[in-house]
Amino acid sequence: MYEQIRRNRRASWLLMGLVVALLATLGYVIGVAYWGGSSGGLGLLSVFGIVAIVWSLIGYYSGDKMVLTVSGAHQVTHDDEPRLYNIVEEMTIAAGLPQAPAVYVIEEDAPNAFATGRDPRHATIAVTRGLMRVLNREELQGVVAHEMSHVRNYDIRFATLVGILVGLIALIADFFLRLGLFGGFGRRRGGDSGGGGGGVIMFGVAVLLAIAAPLAASMVQLAISRRREYLADASGVELTRNPLGLARALDKIAADPQPLLHANRATAHLFIANPLRKTREKTGAFDTHPPIRQRITLLLEMAHVGPEALAAGPEGPVPGPVAPA
Amino acid sequence: MTTTIIVVLLLIVVLGVALAAMYNGLVKRRNRVDNSWSQIDVQLKRRYDLIPNLIEAVKDYMAYEQETLSRVTAARTAAMGAGAKGPEAQAQAENVLTDTLKSLFAVVENYPDLKANQNVMSLQEELTATENKIAFARQFYNDSVLSYNNKIQTVPSNIIAGMFNFSPRQFFEAPEGAREVPKVDLR
Repeated sequence: MYEQIRRNRRASWLLMGLVVALLATLGYVIGVAYWGGSSGGLGLLSVFGIVAIVWSLIGYYSGDKMVLTVSGAHQVTHDDEPRLYNIVEEMTIAAGLPQAPAVYVIEEDAPNAFATGRDPRHATIAVTRGLMRVLNREELQGVVAHEMSHVRNYDIRFATLVGILVGLIALIADFFLRLGLFGGFGRRRGGDSGGGGGGVIMFGVAVLLAIAAPLAASMVQLAISRRREYLADASGVELTRNPLGLARALDKIAADPQPLLHANRATAHLFIANPLRKTREKTGAFDTHPPIRQRITLLLEMAHVGPEALAAGPEGPVPGPVAPA
Repeated sequence: MTTTIIVVLLLIVVLGVALAAMYNGLVKRRNRVDNSWSQIDVQLKRRYDLIPNLIEAVKDYMAYEQETLSRVTAARTAAMGAGAKGPEAQAQAENVLTDTLKSLFAVVENYPDLKANQNVMSLQEELTATENKIAFARQFYNDSVLSYNNKIQTVPSNIIAGMFNFSPRQFFEAPEGAREVPKVDLR
């Protein structure tokens, strides 16, 4: 676990450095091309560099607030949602964290959940109204334990930064793409010293960013890497000592066809289950969602039970095997 | 000559830093054990506080279940007094209390009016959560003890532990009957 924390801290710094370097380089290229000479290049380099640094810092310190706002989540107290709040407190104790994360609710029917923040003292766990409705106490505990693991091993810091920084790159890429495609080719900038060249340059930048955008997307892929989710599943079970709770929860989440309206490509990787691509298929073995099915299979293996255990009644006894003598 | 002295001095400094780091690691782990033990107490006290409220809420409905109620009250009183008799006696008394509460909740199931009562429902949720918190606090206490004991019994930190009297701590042992936890296989 400590290894994972170190890795996440390093990855977070690396990501911020990369984005700053990427944007500064971009600024330099545009500056040189536009004004010619290195002074213009250096000028735009510093402008882009400062923007990237400021944005990284904003992402580091209030990325969680931005993510929560975009997701349409609102904070709840113990009196609003006693069961959810208590479960978060239970898992805080199980994880031995110094204080309980803030608890937020998203008023949507699609069952899903995520965690965000920069460290365990500045963390938030958000769940949808639908999740609270379809899951029983034991299953909700499994989901919260999974999110608490993300909090404990600093996944939240890296994942939140990815969302914020990828969001910025996507924004800029979008901006220049439009400029390059619709306003470019000399028509707009006829009076400038750059003349007709400006449009070509903009087009070049747009192409460059078109290359950079998939790069950004693969960073998101990095963040949602299966290993990270498997790890959170396993350490979540380490907290609850109840693999079936999370397995049944994932089963119910997978069975729900509704997409989450408040999720987008910059935040999708934060959620416990992909909020964007949902299929209507419910079948097990030939499901179009191999990852979530695979996760359920692994959890069932941990519990030493077959898939039939998923179907046991919501309040039914946990068919845990007898402990070895 | 001077280089030898410098090398020796450097070695002493490095060794000193390493020993200090080991010592600090041990203190940190020991503090975590103490802290997690006090966390259990916090939750046990909360349970003592909740029980009278629950009894108050259900007693009018459960005129024929006075025995169950008085057993819960008695178990609570016993558990509150058991703290002075050492951790073993306290654990015993707390488990009796847990069992009587379980039987009380089982009885509540037979009274539809009671089950639907908002006040009883919320008290039941609070007690369930407190029971869970006690269990998870004990679990974390045991994890902390394991980490601390491992540290003071393995090379090289066992040397420091011996020098400064770090003694191993006892695990919280779940009594018979409380072991119905599903087995977990973490690979």
